[in-house]
Amino acid sequence: MKVGVVTFPGSLDDADARRAVRLAGHEAVALWHGDHDLQGADAVLLPGGFSYGDYLRCGAIARFAPVMTEVVDAAKGGMPVLGICNGFQILCESHLLPGALIRNDHRKFGCLDQTLTIENNTSAWTSAYEVGQQVTIVLKNGEGSFVADEKTLDMLEAEGRVVARYVGNPNGSQRAIAGITNEAGNVVGLMPHPEHAVEALCGPGTDGLGFFSSLGAVLA
Amino acid sequence: MARVVVDVMPKPEILDPQGKAVLGALPRLGFDGVSEVRQGKRFELEIDGELTPARLAEVNQMAETLLSNPVIEDYAVRVLA
Repeated sequence: MKVGVVTFPGSLDDADARRAVRLAGHEAVALWHGDHDLQGADAVLLPGGFSYGDYLRCGAIARFAPVMTEVVDAAKGGMPVLGICNGFQILCESHLLPGALIRNDHRKFGCLDQTLTIENNTSAWTSAYEVGQQVTIVLKNGEGSFVADEKTLDMLEAEGRVVARYVGNPNGSQRAIAGITNEAGNVVGLMPHPEHAVEALCGPGTDGLGFFSSLGAVLA
Repeated sequence: MARVVVDVMPKPEILDPQGKAVLGALPRLGFDGVSEVRQGKRFELEIDGELTPARLAEVNQMAETLLSNPVIEDYAVRVLA
């Protein structure tokens, strides 16, 4: 499968994301924020970083990058789209996912190995996991606190759209939500970084690989 | 030419960690009696030509689309003389 990884000015984890995609057996395609072109990708990944310097709000300017026109259209048409960290923020700003991500409640940048519980394995990016499975991947953010109004939170819970929840709550996210999906299950936003946990040599293990290998199951 | 100000504030129910940090710093500097600080953003826009109701409506649109995120922020538009 061809997985497009978008590079915005200020993206940091695009190379790691492409590497994770390849380790999961897919072809990684580098996409450029300024092009109206997904280059035939079957899925799109918005990586972490600080797109446009996080000016205005995290993801607020990246949302209007030329490539996002195609990404939003493709996402609405059912193409799997994964936003990690800054990518999650971009998906929220694009209204592809509900809620928003604000500064951590403790006001410090956090960088740690974080355990999550997978709560939904029907999304395009989580089918390789079991419901209830605990995975440890990297969490690194300053503005990773997920917020939404009570009605939206209740809806996400009722519809099973909380994809992953923190064990503990490292950043003040409401209901300890680490990741959510859209109604159709093709768009997933995740604050922690599975692409940093795909090889035993570096990072906390290989628990993150499932997010990328899940894709094969869906597209196959 | 008109100058229009857009004030953007975090919604009351949204935690404002930056405001909380400022609130914590005030007593350390000897400023007492402040019970809450909320930190927002102020945008000043220079609008070319006459500020018609249509142009002002457009500024509201800018505030809603880009300057604020309606999920977590409220905005207010006002015209400076």
